Amino acid sequence: MMRWLLPLLACFATAVATSANDPEIAENMIAGEQNPPTLSEFGFFKGGAAHPSSQMIPYTLRTPLFSDYAEKQRFIFIPRDGVVTADAQGKLVFPVGTALVKSFGYQDVETGNLNILETRLLLHRANGWVALPYVWRADGSDADLRVGGTRIPVSFDLHGAKTSISYAVPNKNQCKQCHSSAEQITPIGPIWQNMEFPRSGDAARFTRQIPTLASFAKWARWDDRDPHNLQDRAHIYLKVNCGHCHAPKGAASNSGLFLDGSATDAASAGIGKRPVAAGRASGDLDFIIEAGHPERSILISRMKSTDPGIAMPELGRALHHAEGVKVLEDWIAAMPPTVH
Amino acid sequence: MRMRNIGIVGAAMCALVQPAFAKTIAVAPGDGAQARLQEALIAAEPGDVVELGAGRFSLTDGLSLDVNNVTVKGMGAKLSILDFSGQQGAGEGLLVTSDDVVLRDFGVENSKGDGIKSKGADRIVYFQLRVEWTGGPKETNGAYGIYPVESKDVLIDSVIVRGASDAGIYVGQSRNIIVRESIASENVAGIEIENSFDADVHDNIATHNTGGILVFDLPNLPQMGGHNVRIFDNIIVDNMTPNFAPKGNIVANVPTGTGVMVMANRNVEIFDNVLGENGTSNIMVVGYRFPHNDPKYDPLPRDVVIWDNQHGRAGWDPKFRGGKEIAAAMGGSFPAIFWDGAGGPTKAPIVSDTVSALSLGLTDILADPATASPVPLAVSTTRPAALPAIKLPDSMEAVVR
Repeated sequence: MMRWLLPLLACFATAVATSANDPEIAENMIAGEQNPPTLSEFGFFKGGAAHPSSQMIPYTLRTPLFSDYAEKQRFIFIPRDGVVTADAQGKLVFPVGTALVKSFGYQDVETGNLNILETRLLLHRANGWVALPYVWRADGSDADLRVGGTRIPVSFDLHGAKTSISYAVPNKNQCKQCHSSAEQITPIGPIWQNMEFPRSGDAARFTRQIPTLASFAKWARWDDRDPHNLQDRAHIYLKVNCGHCHAPKGAASNSGLFLDGSATDAASAGIGKRPVAAGRASGDLDFIIEAGHPERSILISRMKSTDPGIAMPELGRALHHAEGVKVLEDWIAAMPPTVH
Repeated sequence: MRMRNIGIVGAAMCALVQPAFAKTIAVAPGDGAQARLQEALIAAEPGDVVELGAGRFSLTDGLSLDVNNVTVKGMGAKLSILDFSGQQGAGEGLLVTSDDVVLRDFGVENSKGDGIKSKGADRIVYFQLRVEWTGGPKETNGAYGIYPVESKDVLIDSVIVRGASDAGIYVGQSRNIIVRESIASENVAGIEIENSFDADVHDNIATHNTGGILVFDLPNLPQMGGHNVRIFDNIIVDNMTPNFAPKGNIVANVPTGTGVMVMANRNVEIFDNVLGENGTSNIMVVGYRFPHNDPKYDPLPRDVVIWDNQHGRAGWDPKFRGGKEIAAAMGGSFPAIFWDGAGGPTKAPIVSDTVSALSLGLTDILADPATASPVPLAVSTTRPAALPAIKLPDSMEAVVR
């Protein structure tokens, strides 16, 4: 009797473990045609944003996109039997049914707890990727689809001072604005060289599936203090923060300013390049980057501005990223001045 | 019987043009206008009309449309108003990134960046719109009023744009373009066609700008080699608003009191316009006089034809380096037409207008304007073969007929 009871008990235990700790992620919702009105229908989180499903792979980025100092939590869900590959640039290529899940929040000024405001999804469906923003309810019980975006007043501690901003949740089109290449939605973040996996075993799982990944050198961390890789850090910072639009097929293709690493000459990388459609954002300066002179470079002045008609990047910029701009200033200051 | 047949045929034709189940999504101003209007622009399906009610929509962020074949229609340019005075984010008021879109009968006020931008949006129609910075010319106004870029087939018809700190109507890196029956006033540049191919700019009024109508080509851009632009039947008068563009911006170099300015384009025709009361000059044809290192770029204007325009007063207050000295040498006034001489005599514009017309003789593209040695431009009597008129797809013309 015990012979057949034991396996049965084991089965039961597995079932309990799955239902208690591991909510089943609804693959049909990810790949389906409908956009569920609430986030809970996907099963990415159990109860609240603080309890992600262990079926998702958490990851971080060595050099992330700045978004008003928001803290971000990133996850990948890959469907059962889904095969991940990588392109020649190290960008992971995910199967239909994949979900990229990214939550944004701030530490509560009083309690120090991370208060998640919104979770953005990129869902890989049969006819391409779809971007959807979900905004968490005040009680944290669930998040609601807000395709039109919204604004949320937020206070948090920035460098020891309480800072209040109107936090912008992007609308569905704005998601696409950044996540587009040749007018198709595409993931930006999951490039192997920029990814780190806090959970043991996850990185190895990818390299086992995709042996070529092992040959890619990891990107610089933008906030690394090593003075020898200032140029690398600046390039990566620009690539991550600007290169999704400033690319030959990106939303800012018409500027002729390419910060995604594709520039083949100084001008298209901004050095000695005059502004085209910057309007008042040129701010009485002549060049996007004036070598040796960060204070005379439009790139720096726009990254320091929070005026919506001037600020770059255009989204997630109620504040400016002082530490990131400092890296770029140091990099431009160190460039040998050239004759324009 | 006959009538009924016509009715059936008519219905069948409508069905061809209008997708099945096309619907109108009405949006009224009032609380939550930002989210309601943006959600309507996202929910719209091809063939739908997003209808803006009468009144003022107070917006906090930029709006965007990314669905093909959608019409956004208001009750009138002064009745349905998208008010961006309280805008906190995004680089423009309304951004369109889809094809076959019609924007008509509404106003856009005080956006922080550009007014309406359309990028990669083919066959777009801008009709009976108003884009305005209501405080008049100010350096803090947004750059462009109406701003299609990287698009094929662009129609801008019966719009009014006022107060842009760069160009009121700006068409960039596009092809097959008509700008007509529109008014541009109190902008730095009234109408600007830049790095574009095949454009007709006609029956417009450009007044009280710094420069009325500009045809430019700039280096280091994905589309270069601007050509085939016709500027005709326009009224381009009294463009004397002091240049309020920030330095660095290319239009910051446009001298106050410019009528038409052609820079580094080929095959440009300027004919049958009325020009006058432009203190620097009515028509100027110049090279791109900045250092650049783009081997694919041609900084010289060439094959420019200036024919049968009517000229009023011009040139009494030329606002560029060396201008006053030349004016003094000519008895106090700068010519109504001038060419900087870039590239030498084979590049000279062909002029029939019988007004004062000069070459500054600055053959070298990098020569200092202060070293000009002006000589009169010859008057021509033989008009070169005319450029063909621009023709847009019938579906676009049908919208405004």
